[in-house]
Amino acid sequence: MTRFITSSFSHLILLIGILIMVVPVWMIFASSTHTSSMINMNGLQMFLGDSFYENYLRVLLYQGGFFKEITALKMFFNSFIMATGVAILSVVTSLMAAYALVYYRIKYATLLFWIIFITILVPLELRIFPTYSVMAELNLVNSYFGLIVPISASAIATLFFRQFYKTVPDELLESAKLDGANTWRFFVDFLIPLSKTMIVAMLIFMFVFGYNQYLWPLLVTTSEQYWTVVMGLKMMSGSIVHRFAFVMMSMVPPILIIIVLQKYFIKGVFQDK
Amino acid sequence: MSFLDLKNVTKIYPNGTKAVHETSLSVDEGEFMVFVGPSGCGKSTLLRMVAGLEDITEGDINLDGKLINEVDPSERDVAMVFQNYALYPHMNVYNNLAYGLKNRGIDKETIEQKVNDAAKLLQISDYLQRKPSMLSGGQRQRVAMGRAIVRNPKIFLFDEPLSNLDAKLRIQMRLEIKKLQQKVGVTSIFVTHDQVEAMTLADRLAVINNGIIEQLGTPIEIYDNPKSLFVAGFIGSPQMNFLDGNIKNKTLSAEGFEIKDIGSDFEGEVKLGIRPEHLSQSENSLINLKVDLVEQLGSDNLVYGQLKDKKDFCYRCPGNLTIEKGADLSLNIENNKYYIFDKSTGKRVN
Repeated sequence: MTRFITSSFSHLILLIGILIMVVPVWMIFASSTHTSSMINMNGLQMFLGDSFYENYLRVLLYQGGFFKEITALKMFFNSFIMATGVAILSVVTSLMAAYALVYYRIKYATLLFWIIFITILVPLELRIFPTYSVMAELNLVNSYFGLIVPISASAIATLFFRQFYKTVPDELLESAKLDGANTWRFFVDFLIPLSKTMIVAMLIFMFVFGYNQYLWPLLVTTSEQYWTVVMGLKMMSGSIVHRFAFVMMSMVPPILIIIVLQKYFIKGVFQDK
Repeated sequence: MSFLDLKNVTKIYPNGTKAVHETSLSVDEGEFMVFVGPSGCGKSTLLRMVAGLEDITEGDINLDGKLINEVDPSERDVAMVFQNYALYPHMNVYNNLAYGLKNRGIDKETIEQKVNDAAKLLQISDYLQRKPSMLSGGQRQRVAMGRAIVRNPKIFLFDEPLSNLDAKLRIQMRLEIKKLQQKVGVTSIFVTHDQVEAMTLADRLAVINNGIIEQLGTPIEIYDNPKSLFVAGFIGSPQMNFLDGNIKNKTLSAEGFEIKDIGSDFEGEVKLGIRPEHLSQSENSLINLKVDLVEQLGSDNLVYGQLKDKKDFCYRCPGNLTIEKGADLSLNIENNKYYIFDKSTGKRVN
């Protein structure tokens, strides 16, 4: 009996926690399906209205910004390019960096690794001026390249891959060597397939990281053509329901990525073990 | 020059540890050579130097008439079976076997044929599509061997491949390895710390201690004629009994008994070695044993007890003799099969 009470109590707490997180999102979603006059008169809504298609379509295709040059659709496209670029580039560079750190006989490899690791303590905001000036000199302002490259070196991903490589038994490398695999083949045929699940996890992580960037895209783009969704949240003008609709839509890509890739993630985890 | 030739091979690790001391050894084509010794004696290091996984500090290794000191492991054409098998966990059995062939640029049909032949030989044809994690210990062992066989290498290297198996499987795989080696006829080096494994597998045996080959010979030579205290103690199960003694005028006096005319001019402190199986009960006894414990193995009994001076002693007798705990046995050495070693140097003197 006491067990039932404590268990119900803890479930109650969890339930309250879930409500605190879900209700505001639901209210925004429900409100975004009403007309703006309805919201202005009656406040936020708990139940769905009937202006869903009208509001969302308008937001997607509306020419926003100061110069009316950009639609939400284009922002999603930009964000997608940026997030995918950041995810792929940072995973590739960290994989290779970790490989070099663990398997090559580099002097002071550990020291080098800690220097890389320390960069976690240096946020983008701190190096934003020099980074910007480099990008400006390379003429990369207002380009996808400029959006992606400066935030694509991930110390965290390097840490994860390095720690994983260290757990790979030496015999595997030795066996592969005797089987005629060179350095590159060992990387491609062994380490990459073995770290598949970790690569997927890092891709998710870095995609969301790239998608959520606000300050850097704000600085490095002056043309509205390169606006991203998260910048758009601030820049978009329009009535309250349209902004709500935009907020709701901005949540979709990261959630979608997690849902789609998590399938592979779980599959990998359960099949290989 | 023989097939594999090691000349004054020395290994010193960067931290100054000397793992192998100027070792010279030759292995003939088709021979099954076993390196046996306690852990940390340098036997694995020696093997890994042949494979190319460890640098050679000094000396030369020749394989099939070619100096291979500086040759990359992938170019040496050697195959190795590791202690923990080192199967490729993300590849199925077929690809585990085929990987080495693919890297050598062999065409698909030939690979398929070779893999299938090897799988048939090792009776793993049914598991070709499985991942290593879905195999039992014995099956993994077979896949590891298959990976070595399929490449048709110049030499097989085995690094304690049986130590992860349970006792029964170990004996079975031991037999299979021996049969397989005889069938395929590839020169092999097998490293083990298990002297039974060493005795049963080897054409020739190298007993290694502290980075030095103590004795090299056929298993029977080494068993019958150990040249040092270490070899005598290491080879043979149960272990040889050792008693302290003293030689004067060709007479050895140990605790409680004397042996005359020992056939050696050595004088001084010695160790007398007697194998448990070289003893028998008789009237005119040499050794009196008070029995503490009897292990009945069925075919044999292992009788453990103490001599007068409280020294532990073992006697092996046929299983049909019943010996009670607490009994007093009088034992004699059969056919004068005893070994005398210089106590200070450990060298054999008789």
